[in-house]
Amino acid sequence: MYEHDVIVVGGGGAGLRAAIAADEQGADVAIVTKLHPVRSHTGAAEGGINAALQEGDSWQDHAYDTMKGSDYLGDAPAVDTFAQDAPEEVIQLEHWGMPFSREEDGTVSQRPFGGLSFPRTTYAGAETGHHMLHTLYEQVVKRGIEVYDEWYVSQVAVTDEDDPNERDCHGVVAWDVQSGEIAGFRANDGVILATGGLGQAFDHTTNAVANTGDGVAIAYRAGVPMEDMEMIQFHPTTLPSTGVLISEGVRGEGGILYNSEGERFMFEYGYATNDGELASRDVVARAELTEVQEGRGVDDEYVYLDMRHLGEERITDRLENILHLARDFEGVDGLEEPMPVKPGQHYAMGGIEVNEHGETCIDGLYAAGECACVSLHGGNRLGGNALPELLVFGARAGSHAAGADMPEPKIQTGPDPDAEREDIGVPVGEPGATEAAADGGAVENPDSDPKAVVETTAEEERERIETLLEREDGVNHADVRADLQESMTENVNVFREEGGLKQALRDIQDARERYQDVYVADKSRTFNTDLQHTIETRNLLDVAEAITMGALARDEFRGAHWRKEHQERKDDEYLKHTLVSWNDGQPELWYRPVILEGAEQTYEPKVRSY
Amino acid sequence: MSTQTPDTDSETEQPSSTSPQERRMAEKQARKEQRDADEAAAADEIQGETVELKVFRYDPEIEGKEEPRFDSFTVPFEKGMTVLDALIYARDEYDSSLTFRHSCRQAVCGSDAFFVNGSQRLGCQTQIADLEGPVRVEPLPHQEVVKDLVVEMDHFYDQMESVDPFFDPDETPDDELEEQRQDRENREKVKLSTRCIWCGACMSSCNIAAGDNKYLGPAAINKAYRFYMDEREGENKRQERLEIIEAEHGVWRCQTQFSCTNVCPKDIPLTEHIQELKREAVKQNLKFW
Repeated sequence: MYEHDVIVVGGGGAGLRAAIAADEQGADVAIVTKLHPVRSHTGAAEGGINAALQEGDSWQDHAYDTMKGSDYLGDAPAVDTFAQDAPEEVIQLEHWGMPFSREEDGTVSQRPFGGLSFPRTTYAGAETGHHMLHTLYEQVVKRGIEVYDEWYVSQVAVTDEDDPNERDCHGVVAWDVQSGEIAGFRANDGVILATGGLGQAFDHTTNAVANTGDGVAIAYRAGVPMEDMEMIQFHPTTLPSTGVLISEGVRGEGGILYNSEGERFMFEYGYATNDGELASRDVVARAELTEVQEGRGVDDEYVYLDMRHLGEERITDRLENILHLARDFEGVDGLEEPMPVKPGQHYAMGGIEVNEHGETCIDGLYAAGECACVSLHGGNRLGGNALPELLVFGARAGSHAAGADMPEPKIQTGPDPDAEREDIGVPVGEPGATEAAADGGAVENPDSDPKAVVETTAEEERERIETLLEREDGVNHADVRADLQESMTENVNVFREEGGLKQALRDIQDARERYQDVYVADKSRTFNTDLQHTIETRNLLDVAEAITMGALARDEFRGAHWRKEHQERKDDEYLKHTLVSWNDGQPELWYRPVILEGAEQTYEPKVRSY
Repeated sequence: MSTQTPDTDSETEQPSSTSPQERRMAEKQARKEQRDADEAAAADEIQGETVELKVFRYDPEIEGKEEPRFDSFTVPFEKGMTVLDALIYARDEYDSSLTFRHSCRQAVCGSDAFFVNGSQRLGCQTQIADLEGPVRVEPLPHQEVVKDLVVEMDHFYDQMESVDPFFDPDETPDDELEEQRQDRENREKVKLSTRCIWCGACMSSCNIAAGDNKYLGPAAINKAYRFYMDEREGENKRQERLEIIEAEHGVWRCQTQFSCTNVCPKDIPLTEHIQELKREAVKQNLKFW
């Protein structure tokens, strides 16, 4: 058994920042990550990092824009904390040597981004995430923080009290991908899940193959609710063939969207007459698909994003990476031709329910970054708000886990016995039928001695993986995953209808049943990606189900969540968060009110006109 | 009312008297017919077109796989298909034990560098259409093979870490909201060096690194360049860096064969950076005389 004060699961931006913060508090911290940290998907972020740095801007304005962008599904304490901490975090990166783009006077540049009332997005070309990830990793190396790279965490070690609010987390179980060794990791002070996105639940996504929602599913099965899972952001500009992201920075610098008629539709069809291409992402994504559906798309699939008029010098200076991406992955020269783009799954606004210190309802279990829902982004994340989120809340989770003294949290976590519960008739089978032999729910821990809890969980995991590897034939996980992705993209996309959502739930249930017969063809202990992907697929099933259930139950139109039969925001009914609890494998859906009362003002829901 | 018009292939002549709606529908119809015709033509052309992959296989612990061999996979070819796409197809459809690293699919995570038709390349960035068949995919040379296309990267990471790969100024502003200034020229100077994605292609292509296990190698020297050339670090740290760079297994081992520069998927002028550091070392040494 390995032992540290703080165990960080995941080596992307949030994980690295959390580890640095815990280290600064004097904790012995280790990062356990299924990829080497520099391979993390934070490195693919392009656009930038929002923070109120300049005169004329203020954290209050940043908070306001964020709250409005969220369509009033953000919690004000989280939004305020975020906007207050972001400037210091960004300058901290600058002090760590991050190669930001610069102004003539040597200060970091800022540019306009969608939904922002001030050009407050700092950036490093169109490869901001790459530079941020490497800068953070450099600091981890400098501090000598231990990294277990290519170790896949498949379970958290949690005590088994009936009420999740009373459970404790004492560590994780992981296996060394290279050797197959399965080991317990005891965390004396806390476990921080920073496992990133879940885009692999969809087949057209900007997310990496590694983004399989592991942390969300693991925490969920240990008893932590998933929050606002239906809020999936579809980025308006992804390359049609691969899903590779074309940064919002292109529109920030003045890029223009055209339909097949050569019309600048954002203005001409009145989707966003004030802000045009720089309206919020949900607005632009719907506008594009509407154009396509009404016959003004190109090849009935996509629209054009044109940046040629910006001129070669400006493009090369600020968007050079975009030229490479368009050329390598779509065969288009962005200096000579407009780029084809369409919406693609991009970001999960929802995730593991946490408060503003990163705490979940399970003592000692934290989450930060995209896998967590604090909730900051609500119904729609503003471009440039993901990177500062993982800095701000990564740092806070790391500090808190390492014992820093922090004020009483304002955001509640954990199952609420008095909550409003809703039965939406999910077509699940018999209780227990959804249990797969490969990977079940919370482990029964007869003992509450921390080390014994970790060891019992590890033993359980060894048996589970052994069983999976012993099966001689059955269903290939790749087939299950492909069907799931297809149904999610077909039915739980930008535009959502009741019939489609119900179909998706049936498909998920079907996938679950087939998953019970899943088998791993590769019997090797050495670098068994077949086994890893099989376990990941189980995680995707759980997160996909919560996304779809939440979407079916929320019969209104808010942020990224659009329902054909309900094309209005229903503030009287839905200023509340959707939560899904594990409930012994029968997902239970309930609600918790949104907190609109902030540090300096109470946010009044207003119409989002851009 | 249209503003700027992008080039599209849809601008067919239409009588100006029809309404915009009718014009659009007519154009759409015309486009659809054209597309159907194109697709039918294309289908005739590529019907049954496939690509032959020859993939290196090795698993130290499975009987029958511990002897290295090549497996052939026939994969249906699609326009735009990359080497990574073809490998994924082969794995998901034919043999789920086929093992390789990959994640982002967009040339930034750096995990899918392979030896493709005799050259180090990123699988995701390499179009099948640009290669001659059969496409031969092997693990990166000069690195120990863990399994199939997966190589041991620890040595590469160790070399990267041996150059103090972190920004280390003498001091930063006391005010936590006060930036250090960096002029644009200096950022331009280090810009290309900061693009490294640690894929290891350069190291694998380097004959010197192959023969000298202690040689820092092009990636690590480039990382040193990134900080050495950054004007915000202090004189003492520069001196320390120079000592690392010009130590016995440092820059002087480079024989300017340009193989690292040739294979770099991010177009970093690695050889040039190494030469520049050699010049710095000479300049600094001259000062002592």
